[in-house]
Amino acid sequence: MQFSIEQRERYTEVSGKGRLNMVTAPLLREVVAQAVGDGRTRIVLNLGEIIFMDSSGLGALIGCLKVARQAGGDLRIACVQPQVKMVLELTSMHRVLAPHPTVEEAFGND
Amino acid sequence: MTRFLTRLLVVLTVILGVNYIAWRWIESLNWDAWWIAVPLIVAETYSLIDVTLFGLTVWRLKHRGQPEPMSGATVDVFVTTYDEPTDLVMATALAAKRIRYPHTTWILDDGSRPELRILAETHGLGYLTRSAEWVDRPRHAKAGNLNNALMVTEGEFLLILDADQIPARDILDKTLGYFNDSRVSLVQTPQYFTNVPADDPLGSQAPLFYGPIQQGKDGWNAAFFCGSNAVLRREALMQLGLVGYVRDVEQSVRRALKASKTAIRRARASNEASAPLVSGLLDEIEAATEQASRDIRAQQPLSEVTYTVRRKVNAAVQTLVQADFSSLDADLAEIAAMDLAAGEEFGLPPEIDRAIDVMSNRDWSPLGALESVQAVLDAISVERTSEAQPIMPLATISVTEDMATSMRMHSMGWRSVYHHEVLALGLAPEDLKTMLTQRLRWAQGTMQVFLRENPLVQSGMKIGQRLMYFATMWSYLSGFAAVVYFAAPIIYLILGILPVNSLSTDFFIRFIPFMIINQLLFAVAGRGIPTWRGQQYSLALFPTWIKACTTAAGNVWFNRPLGFAVTPKVRGEGGPQWNLIRPQLVVMVLLLAAVLIGIGRLAVGLNEPVGTLVNVAWVIFDLVILSVLVKAVRYGGFSRTERNNSAVQH
Repeated sequence: MQFSIEQRERYTEVSGKGRLNMVTAPLLREVVAQAVGDGRTRIVLNLGEIIFMDSSGLGALIGCLKVARQAGGDLRIACVQPQVKMVLELTSMHRVLAPHPTVEEAFGND
Repeated sequence: MTRFLTRLLVVLTVILGVNYIAWRWIESLNWDAWWIAVPLIVAETYSLIDVTLFGLTVWRLKHRGQPEPMSGATVDVFVTTYDEPTDLVMATALAAKRIRYPHTTWILDDGSRPELRILAETHGLGYLTRSAEWVDRPRHAKAGNLNNALMVTEGEFLLILDADQIPARDILDKTLGYFNDSRVSLVQTPQYFTNVPADDPLGSQAPLFYGPIQQGKDGWNAAFFCGSNAVLRREALMQLGLVGYVRDVEQSVRRALKASKTAIRRARASNEASAPLVSGLLDEIEAATEQASRDIRAQQPLSEVTYTVRRKVNAAVQTLVQADFSSLDADLAEIAAMDLAAGEEFGLPPEIDRAIDVMSNRDWSPLGALESVQAVLDAISVERTSEAQPIMPLATISVTEDMATSMRMHSMGWRSVYHHEVLALGLAPEDLKTMLTQRLRWAQGTMQVFLRENPLVQSGMKIGQRLMYFATMWSYLSGFAAVVYFAAPIIYLILGILPVNSLSTDFFIRFIPFMIINQLLFAVAGRGIPTWRGQQYSLALFPTWIKACTTAAGNVWFNRPLGFAVTPKVRGEGGPQWNLIRPQLVVMVLLLAAVLIGIGRLAVGLNEPVGTLVNVAWVIFDLVILSVLVKAVRYGGFSRTERNNSAVQH
């Protein structure tokens, strides 16, 4: 699995495709850590093509949020697919990381 | 008296046959033309073995009278159907309902046709279709249909009828009595077809098989199940299903444990394993499966071994998920500490244990990331999830489930009976194409059984029983011999190459007595029944027999589909379909051309007179054999006008 990074006007968009699981979660952590290290601390994760997420994937989302916050930025998620949404709601993580309908709206208010 | 004569002829046939074939091997081979000499002697040896097996069969020919009656038995009558016209099915089902002995009649409709269901209900007949478990699982054709029905019915005995086999009212009275012997599991009666003219152009009746052959096999306690017109003992079938289940589970668990080694090794080698969590999980799984292999070698019960593996793997997965959540929880705490002002309640919900359970179970488990490992772990189970039902009483290893099933019953010590009396009247195919498809299917099924469960090496059967099953399988190899028998005279007449050293007196004094006694044996054993059609078709359908062997081998060894060509029936209306017998037509043309060329070569002195005479006679024999196909291809069905008036078609 590959994650792509695109610099937008007000934020950085990170997107991937496939399953965010035990094997691929470490890659996401790496990609986000690198972006934050480069000073790109406002990050939107586009999950539009992530069809499945397990507990390691969820851990990676929160881990990335922490990294972004520690650098003074933030991480938001957008375009969440059904299984991922179910996982977020099951663990109440949707209250920590509220899914946004589109990437553009993620940082809509600030 | 006939018995003595038959046995005398068998002994003479074998002695004369061995005398001839041994001489052929030792003295007569023309090594200069080994490429035809060797195939010919191999084909002749094949035929000698074939006739010897026939002799062995009729050696113990058994005549049975009528059995003692049996009272109080419970019987289910199954009428199996897939796509036959509903009125044909109903005619059989209503005749089945009228059978005198108390019983329950069921239509087993593999086509799930609503109109047939309604008809069955209207007439007070049982109606069964496949249960929901069969969706997306192997259906196993007729064997599956019967297995499905066995799970929802309860009669002690089962009469099985194809959709077109109209039973006599006394069919059960005449067969159930054999089951008074508690070791008997099968009573087979003949299949006889009413829509066949006296000259039987398609060779539909099998008087030699449903006669001396089955009677002979019966003498060796090896009469076998032919799919219809037979009564079976449920207990025997269930035993078969259970034994099969245990064997299958044991095999699949062993195989899965072996495969898990490979899967784990591959997973480790891939870059997936670079994640520390992955290699930790793999360690746990490897430990669990290795322990399971040791337990199985130590004869621990399979259910416990597989359950333990599953529990250990689940525990490992759960630990992993828990670890994910606790590091997630730690991250959340850090985030909360940074962001005190927000005043939000960050943290895992109190019902997190349930979340951990859900995220540990199969569908959402992190193990899903290692698909190949998960697949082998799924296979370490006793549930036989690949099949619709764990217990499959009728064998599913072959498209001829009947033969495979009775062979397994014999292996387990059950006895079978062949009751030589027509007790059901059926319909045979009325066109060459359907007939060819049916013969191909039988031959393929038989060869599948031969390759999967070779009777010669199955435990449990007596040597006679093994040979009786083997004899039927052996006879389906005749296609290869036929090719040689067609080729040899053509080669002599056209090229002047003889596969024997010389056609001297030595040849004739060995060959001719063997041939005469051999034919006499068939005549006496057959007691005047017409066996000539059968002899013709066993050679004339050589392309079908060869195709059956090659496709069955491809299926068993390389897992290729048998590949039935599902062809529309409508072309039958357009006149004779010569394309169905193209290879045979080519052979006929070659044979005729060879005669002309041979006579020409004789005229100019290139061929010898004796050789020419023998080979021309041989060609004539071949042509007479093949001529049956001309008749078959032109056959327009049984009394057309009558058929058009009645709704009964096949």
